[in-house]
Amino acid sequence: MRVNFTVNGRQQEADDVWEGESLLYVLRERMGLPGSKNACEQGECGSCTVRLDGVPVCSCLVAAGQVEGREVTTVEGLADYARQREEHGGCASGACGTSLQEAQQWRANPAKGATDSQTGEVGGGNPAAALSPIQQAFIDAGAVQCGFCTPGLLIAADEMLERNPQPTDADIREALSGNLCRCTGYEKILDAVRLAAARQDRQGLQEGAV
Amino acid sequence: MGSTRTTGVPTKLTQGSQTKGGIGESTLRPDGTLKVTGEFAYSSDMWHEDMLWGQTLRSTVAHAEIVSIDTSEALAQAGVYAVLTYDDLPAAMKNYGLEIQDTPVLAHKKVRHHGEPVALVAADHPETARRAAAKIKIEYRELPLVTDEASATAPDAVLVHEGRDDEHSRHVPHPNIVHRQPIIRGDAAEAAKKADVIVKGEYTFGMQDQAFLGPESGLAVPAEDGGVDLYVATQWLHSDLEQIAPVLGLPEEKVRMTLSGVGGAFGGREDISMQIHACLLALRTGKPVKIVYNRFESFFGHVHRHPAKLYYEHGATKDGKLTHMKCRIVLDGGAYASASPAVVGNASSLSVGPYVVENVDIEAIALYTNNPPCGAMRGFGAVQACFAYEAQMDKLAAKLGMDPVEFRQLNAMEQGTLLPTGQVVDSPAPVAEILRRVKARPLPPERQWESSEGADVRQLPGGLSNTTHGEGVVRGVGYAVGIKNVGFSEGFDDYSTAKVRMEVINGEPVATVHTAMAEVGQGGVTVHAQIARTELGVTQVTIHPADTQVGSAGSSSASRQTYVTGGAVKNSCELVREKVLEIGRRKFGTYHPAWATAELLLEGGKVVTDGGEVLGDLVDVLEGESVEVEAEWRHRPTEPFDLRTGQGNGHVQYSFAAHRAVVEVDTELGLVKVIELACAQDVGKALNPLSVLGQIQGGTTQGLGVAVMEEIIVDPKTAKVKNPSFTDYLIPTILDTPTIPVDVLELADEHAPYGLRGIGEAPTLSSTPAVLAAIRNATGLELNRTPVRPEHLTGT
Repeated sequence: MRVNFTVNGRQQEADDVWEGESLLYVLRERMGLPGSKNACEQGECGSCTVRLDGVPVCSCLVAAGQVEGREVTTVEGLADYARQREEHGGCASGACGTSLQEAQQWRANPAKGATDSQTGEVGGGNPAAALSPIQQAFIDAGAVQCGFCTPGLLIAADEMLERNPQPTDADIREALSGNLCRCTGYEKILDAVRLAAARQDRQGLQEGAV
Repeated sequence: MGSTRTTGVPTKLTQGSQTKGGIGESTLRPDGTLKVTGEFAYSSDMWHEDMLWGQTLRSTVAHAEIVSIDTSEALAQAGVYAVLTYDDLPAAMKNYGLEIQDTPVLAHKKVRHHGEPVALVAADHPETARRAAAKIKIEYRELPLVTDEASATAPDAVLVHEGRDDEHSRHVPHPNIVHRQPIIRGDAAEAAKKADVIVKGEYTFGMQDQAFLGPESGLAVPAEDGGVDLYVATQWLHSDLEQIAPVLGLPEEKVRMTLSGVGGAFGGREDISMQIHACLLALRTGKPVKIVYNRFESFFGHVHRHPAKLYYEHGATKDGKLTHMKCRIVLDGGAYASASPAVVGNASSLSVGPYVVENVDIEAIALYTNNPPCGAMRGFGAVQACFAYEAQMDKLAAKLGMDPVEFRQLNAMEQGTLLPTGQVVDSPAPVAEILRRVKARPLPPERQWESSEGADVRQLPGGLSNTTHGEGVVRGVGYAVGIKNVGFSEGFDDYSTAKVRMEVINGEPVATVHTAMAEVGQGGVTVHAQIARTELGVTQVTIHPADTQVGSAGSSSASRQTYVTGGAVKNSCELVREKVLEIGRRKFGTYHPAWATAELLLEGGKVVTDGGEVLGDLVDVLEGESVEVEAEWRHRPTEPFDLRTGQGNGHVQYSFAAHRAVVEVDTELGLVKVIELACAQDVGKALNPLSVLGQIQGGTTQGLGVAVMEEIIVDPKTAKVKNPSFTDYLIPTILDTPTIPVDVLELADEHAPYGLRGIGEAPTLSSTPAVLAAIRNATGLELNRTPVRPEHLTGT
């Protein structure tokens, strides 16, 4: 079958999709977007979390056909998504979407290519500028080790901060309880979400003062 | 939260203290940006035009003869390119293995455990491959099962492996015992007579899974020269290579391996999983082949932590001094040897724990059974022992009416203590001090769940299941401490290799570090760049991808990589530095006498004297030159343990951590909430303090997992795995994991680079017994097994 849907603001068309394929498989193997991860493929680990019309879902449990005509945001589009939310003043419903004009301007992260694929040691341009606040906070707080859980956690944490910009620790734990991490013991992940919330708060205060 | 750092003996630093981003700073991961944008290429993300998908067919029974295999229907499926069985293996060598080559690439005539690979399929879609594999018809004739020590060593026991001729087969008392290591020192029987109290215990440690999140996966690409390029996630490229090339019938130089992104490891990637299978399919079909296990298959695709039975006896005088220890540790190695011999060596030599016990009678064995194969997992034999000896310490303290921490401190080892193997502990061993620190920390407030709006169930046992608002909830506090060896022991030639180049790029001095070290998440790439900055005085460091085009780095295991490959990077940098200075002397020596007379350092991109005078810019020295060194580096050699007495200088270094656990238990439902798990650990020197905390907190959480939830359940009647999924094998979520405050000590080990200590495993040891001790403290139950399940607490 053919599936038409929007991924990270760009209209996409997947052909020859077998009816049993998951959204995760289509993203990873047909769209060239392997950022959403395949840790369990049974809806238990959260590593494949994406936003489907704004709602966080395990993409391994969504049949590809279910996304026909709908809008998907993956970790590859998270920085753009966060930037647009900031520019347009939030989109908790997920309805902020992407205008056609914006979709046409979408391009892959320029940091790629110029960067060593294993280590990123010699980066191209200024990759930091291309990151969303939660992505930057995960790096700064040491919340990334092997990184396999990271994309799903970023999507889930970003969505929580959109709904709840000043979360308590109990709120953070509840919101991220569907995302397994095996490396960090979660302490640095909590730090990262607190950091992103604090920076967001500070930025809000500064903007309010202008 | 609340982490502190204490520096004891300062580490001597003569080079590079002025260069930004060097050792001791919490520099950020160089792969961080790629990992948060989804662009980091993990082994399961590999893609190649025209690639096929490989699928493994695994045995549905644990022990059986293979009567027949019929692949015709599978081969006839549209989209199927190849179906392989044992008969298709191309070389005389059909087996592989880390220590003993007892593991068939594909089962031959019989299967020895549930989930053993029997056949392979390559097809143009993963679902096509799965469905074709399901059409392979295998007829089994089931054999009697060996599942525990009694069935393994019975006079008429079925042999799991017939005709053994490995090095251990000559000294084991039964062919179903992989390896046996006794350790005898002093006279335990005589010392027992002087004991005022004697405590005996029988302990059970469940089978834990590494549960790394990135599944076993990779891509094999056939090459024009008849060889193959393999992109995989592993812990040790060169060990894989040594096992892969012979069964492919290829020389090692025709199997070119590159490390892909590794989604965690924890010991579970020390053994081969899909590497050989993907290469076989690629070479047969002439097309690139990708294999990705799903979580179900991953539970069968790697070895687990050895489940164990541990029998302990300790004695003490009435003033609290240990008189003797006798123990017997029986590890279930499952159907294939994997790392079992080395796990036996660790379990036996560390069975006393970090205590002074002069009279010991120790025996550790690993069994061959038809249970799932077991091998390396974080803590490696020391974890099981720690669970048992720490329970014993609490029992002894209780019997003597002493405080459990004070009792431990009274018997704690220190620098100069003799291990049961006769080896002197010749670096700081602050066992009493780390116990003091976790005990001195203020306890978290009681009844934190209470608020003016009622109970916050998220902070109670049972959580959002809303099973209690505090009724039946009791608190307990428990302590534990452990000792882990660092590096490969028992005479193993434990070296690493680093290639370091220095040159000017775009007007700036740049160092490139190339090793085969597997970055599995631990942050080795971060630390290597820091070492290069410190040693070479540069800012820009490029970490070359890990591959087999450089010498072996050894394994990313045994808490050894920062020590050994870090040591190799440091060593190669020092050699590069000497060459750079030689060039400088040649070019500019006539301009300043200090080039010849002073001790010269590289700092901040310049050549400076140890007095701080700048002699020149590295850019000028390296203009038109590049310097490159590839060199091996070794730590102090070790010796094997004597096979009868266990004596020998077997270990390189030790790592110590202590925990205090605070738990709350719903005694009616048997649910446990760990409130806080505080840790104190000596790390020698924190090369990257942020990464150190990440290792300690992560290791602590894996220990928590096996205390209260993680266990692979093997049906004793069928030897089949009952819970191969994240639905039924639970690992801690963020709700299960408490605050983990960490107290880091830095007492330099003068034998190690920068005084550092391997750190990754020690926190996994003491975490589990601390949680168990806290649950015992809360409930008054004996609890001689881990993990603890609700029925153990409610008696239902």
